[in-house]
Amino acid sequence: MTTHGSELEPTTQRGDPLPDPGLPPHEPRLTDVDVKQAKRAERQVSAMFGVAALGSIGFVVAYLALPLTGELDRLQVSNIALGVTLGLALFLIGIGAIQWAKKLMPDVEMVQERHSLASTPDEQAGAIAAIEAGAEESGIGRRKMIRNSLLGAMALLPLPIVFILGDMGPLSPNPARVRASTIWEPGMRVVNDVTFEPIRPEDLEVGQLVNAMPEAYKEIPEEEHSQALRVRAFASVILVRMELDEFVVEPGREGWDVDGILCYSKICTHVGCPISLYEQQTHNMLCPCHQSTFALADGGKVVFGPARRPLPQLALEVDAEGYLAAQGDFSEPVGPSYWEREQFIDGESV
Amino acid sequence: MTALLAKRRHPLAPLLVMGLALAALAALYALLSPSSQASTTTAQSTQIEEGKELFLVGCSSCHGLNAEGVVREDGTVLGPSLIGVGAAAVDFQVATGRMPMARNNVQAPRKSVAYTEEQTAALASYVASLAPGPAIPEPDQYDPTQGDVARGGALYRTNCAQCHNTTGQGGALTLGKYAPKLTGVEPVHVYQAMLTGPQSMPVFSDAVLTSEDKRDIIAYLDNVENQPNPGGLGIGRIGPVSEGLWVWLIGLGALIAVAAWLGARAATVKRDKQGGEVAA
Amino acid sequence: MSATTKLASKPVAALDQRLTIGKLAKDNLRKVFPDHWSFLLGEIALYSFIVLLLSGTFLTLFFKPSMVEVVYQGSYVPLRGVPMSEAYASTLDISFEVRGGLLMRQVHHWSALLFVASMAVHMFRVFFTGAFRRPREINWTIGGLLLVMGLAAGFTGYSLPDDLLSGTGLRIIEGIVLSIPIVGTYLSFLIFGGDYPGEDIISRLYIAHVLLVPGLILALVGAHLLILWYQKHTQWPGPGRTENNVVGYPLFPVYTAKAGGFFFVVSGVTVLMAAFIQINPVWFWGPYDPSQVSAGTQPDWYIGWLDGLLRVMPGWEVVIAGYTLSLNVLIPAAILPAIMITVLFVYPAIERFATGDDREHNLLDRPRNNPTRTGLGVMAIVFYGMLWLSGGNDFVATIFQIPVNYITTFMRIGLFVLPPLAFIITRRIAIGLQRRDRERVEHGRETGVIRMTVEGEFYEEHEPIDKYEAYALTAHAREEALEAGAEVDDNGVKNSAFKKSKRQAALSRFYWNDTIQKPRADELHDEQEHAALETEEHLEHETLPGGGHNPPEVTRH
Repeated sequence: MTTHGSELEPTTQRGDPLPDPGLPPHEPRLTDVDVKQAKRAERQVSAMFGVAALGSIGFVVAYLALPLTGELDRLQVSNIALGVTLGLALFLIGIGAIQWAKKLMPDVEMVQERHSLASTPDEQAGAIAAIEAGAEESGIGRRKMIRNSLLGAMALLPLPIVFILGDMGPLSPNPARVRASTIWEPGMRVVNDVTFEPIRPEDLEVGQLVNAMPEAYKEIPEEEHSQALRVRAFASVILVRMELDEFVVEPGREGWDVDGILCYSKICTHVGCPISLYEQQTHNMLCPCHQSTFALADGGKVVFGPARRPLPQLALEVDAEGYLAAQGDFSEPVGPSYWEREQFIDGESV
Repeated sequence: MTALLAKRRHPLAPLLVMGLALAALAALYALLSPSSQASTTTAQSTQIEEGKELFLVGCSSCHGLNAEGVVREDGTVLGPSLIGVGAAAVDFQVATGRMPMARNNVQAPRKSVAYTEEQTAALASYVASLAPGPAIPEPDQYDPTQGDVARGGALYRTNCAQCHNTTGQGGALTLGKYAPKLTGVEPVHVYQAMLTGPQSMPVFSDAVLTSEDKRDIIAYLDNVENQPNPGGLGIGRIGPVSEGLWVWLIGLGALIAVAAWLGARAATVKRDKQGGEVAA
Repeated sequence: MSATTKLASKPVAALDQRLTIGKLAKDNLRKVFPDHWSFLLGEIALYSFIVLLLSGTFLTLFFKPSMVEVVYQGSYVPLRGVPMSEAYASTLDISFEVRGGLLMRQVHHWSALLFVASMAVHMFRVFFTGAFRRPREINWTIGGLLLVMGLAAGFTGYSLPDDLLSGTGLRIIEGIVLSIPIVGTYLSFLIFGGDYPGEDIISRLYIAHVLLVPGLILALVGAHLLILWYQKHTQWPGPGRTENNVVGYPLFPVYTAKAGGFFFVVSGVTVLMAAFIQINPVWFWGPYDPSQVSAGTQPDWYIGWLDGLLRVMPGWEVVIAGYTLSLNVLIPAAILPAIMITVLFVYPAIERFATGDDREHNLLDRPRNNPTRTGLGVMAIVFYGMLWLSGGNDFVATIFQIPVNYITTFMRIGLFVLPPLAFIITRRIAIGLQRRDRERVEHGRETGVIRMTVEGEFYEEHEPIDKYEAYALTAHAREEALEAGAEVDDNGVKNSAFKKSKRQAALSRFYWNDTIQKPRADELHDEQEHAALETEEHLEHETLPGGGHNPPEVTRH
């Protein structure tokens, strides 16, 4: 069985198995036969339009009579008043118009023939003739040099369009390298986020969680707002304290903790949400975005979810005044993985 | 008597009998059910001793006779040691109904409180007497009216929102645990929870999250909970999930209903079986 | 001439002299449109788009698409003194300081959700009725593009207020872009104007949201409507309706009133929703801070499936020659969505190949008459719905008290098991409905009147259905599986298209196997004769007293 032709074909062969009985006879509506019903419908529709008009006026009244005072209760009343008046005005115009059509406009079904969508053979011939004449007159077929050089010129035109977008973002230094380091430096104190107070080890109890930032964040000037945001986006860390026998020290990370206080990056290695859902009893940290779970007592390894790489750990020390500080930057890029990240990993601590 | 007998077939009689039976059952239950734990003490017992007796009856089966905790044979903990948890922890757990736990589970849910205020205070002072621990805060420390709402919001969003949601609707943790809703929680219990880190919740010691910081957070929570929803129905204050549900059910639902009405024919003249018109 | 036509004639005549509007009016004012509620779903989308344009324009008068840091000093107390971007601050101002501002924000957001939802149900209607077949394949493609554009408009839009909820979504986009091999980091820096989050992204999203995407949507909608207008709307099969006609009501006055009225209904319902139901209360989320996140962070409903894909994907990542390929992000965020959207676009071509049907179709299919297509559609919806649920798995966990880990594991397996199951079940249901239709045509309507013969046989009385309904039930095409052509023709020459034709035959068998065809004329005649005989037989055997049936001329002994 081959595919059917392109002409309009009836879905059913006439009389297969039943012939088309044609349109059912028109049943008159109540409003068609009963003048009182028709008048009633007319009043109904007009009433709807009338209330709609009142709605528009009501909106103006509500707008003028309900200035916003800063109180949320007033805002709620204003929102409802403006919304109900405008909403009803619109809604009732709509319902009225539809009711008008349903009840009063003629509902006798009309039939219109479809036209063939393909052009007639004459039209097709005319089109072909027009194309051929134009092509012949342009000479593009004969003058191959013009055709080829035009194609070449057009083909290269996208290049300027692409390249002019090149300064949308700085591509040098290499983004992969920029992404691989954060503001953390040797000796930089770890401070509590929001309050920016430095932290002593004895301030933390076992089971405690601190959301922390590098001290340098406070010193970023206002004009470098972008830099400040970047610090929040990559250098945010969390501190947790566990009993010494509750966690495992990864090879190469000896001395990274201070009395059971561990510091991990706050940025999920899946797609970068900040984490810090710390379950004190299981020592697991959960990301609320896609439920990646990291075992902070086991080097931040992934125990569930779509993340793959462990949470990067920041080595801690105690500075001369007894406050917690970083030993240096992270030993690997923080946050989601990217193509070149392997080139920016230090030593065996990872 | 005869009058009663005469009425025994009244249609309401079964209802009356049922009502009486239920009332009797309720009375029996109230009489015999284990109400608040043993009202034991003599007038001379100190609060700590009273607490100890309550503890032995209601808590020691999981937490040990000396609150040292109970570890099962397979190494899992039945009830942790309460030595050093402080009065604040006890007040939090008992006054929110979490303790005593109805059954052993991954988490103790908030439920109806089993002890009176005096009994709770007694338990708290007993446990506090075992070893130093966080004390029950003073009312000034958790008074919402003295806190800075905006600062509390900033602290809340950084320290609490990731588990409890920005409006305190709570959230899921791993393996069936959850961060509970914060609505309807007494300010003192919010303070104590931050201070003692119950179950999965981490500890937020006063040294890092100071008493004023905690009060600010409490002020923020109080403000948010009592805030009206200026946009209308709050629909749970949980964001796009409930908004999506409502647009499909209410929005599309209403519009499809109107569309169906639009396409339906208006009332036609009724005809009887023989084709004659019936009076409209 | 009546008063109205006289009044209109001078300016109308002027226009006619310049634009030939008389011809336009003559050809189009009485254009016939068929009447069915399911044809209005696309209109909901169209009207929602208009509401979006109007409410959106209002918002642009007040919104500031800038990431410059300001300190909020407006009337909302919990955020006073808090530093935030100007974008977020201006959104708060619109909500709290501008009369009608909150209303317009909510109208805009509700109609955005409605826009995508109505496009989805419109797409379902077109799919399940086969309205994407020739000559409407182009409109199916345009529609698919509109759906994708709708997602883009929504995402760029809800990210503009720069609040904690939508900002988290932006972070996820950055993570996804990073996972692209070779160029990921460069693309990310180009998009964000440097390292994340930068200070450019909101103003870039703004121009995409108010100019580029709506411009594209407007153009596509225009084309979509023009094509629909020219090709005329499809209609359900039934008495008087053929492939060559349209039966319905004229544009002017009936559809002007009905469709025009429906615009007011859609906009009215949207405004009423905005009056009574709070949506996107950004003041609760707080300003975006890349070091903060809220529990229960979800994107708007139409992006939920992408979030769900990200959540259920196992953590696969490979390192090849020192380079990292994050399959755990690439597959759910780029590869699978691309496959899903591609399948959506090419489905008409697949069905055309499978059925060999290249005819023009202006009559719709009842879904039951193409059980395989209906089954495939339901399978896709179930798959999508499961992904949507996965996106909200922490809510499902909290509400139903199921550990969230179990839900993820269930979905990882269920996504492969449940959709095929849904396909099988749906197909069977459709075939069952076909069987019922056929029985109705052959045996008539069940009256619910049960009679018993003297021998004790129970039978139900059937009443023949009227000729209009009978025609409606048999107006669809008879479809049978294709046969593969001959491997060699009569002269022994190998058929080069044989392999393809074999595949086509196999696919068409998958489509049409077990489908119940409508009866042929002779089969119907036989059935009706048989039914008449049976009725006679039953009448001959006396029914029990009280059956209200006059006993025939059978003598009792």
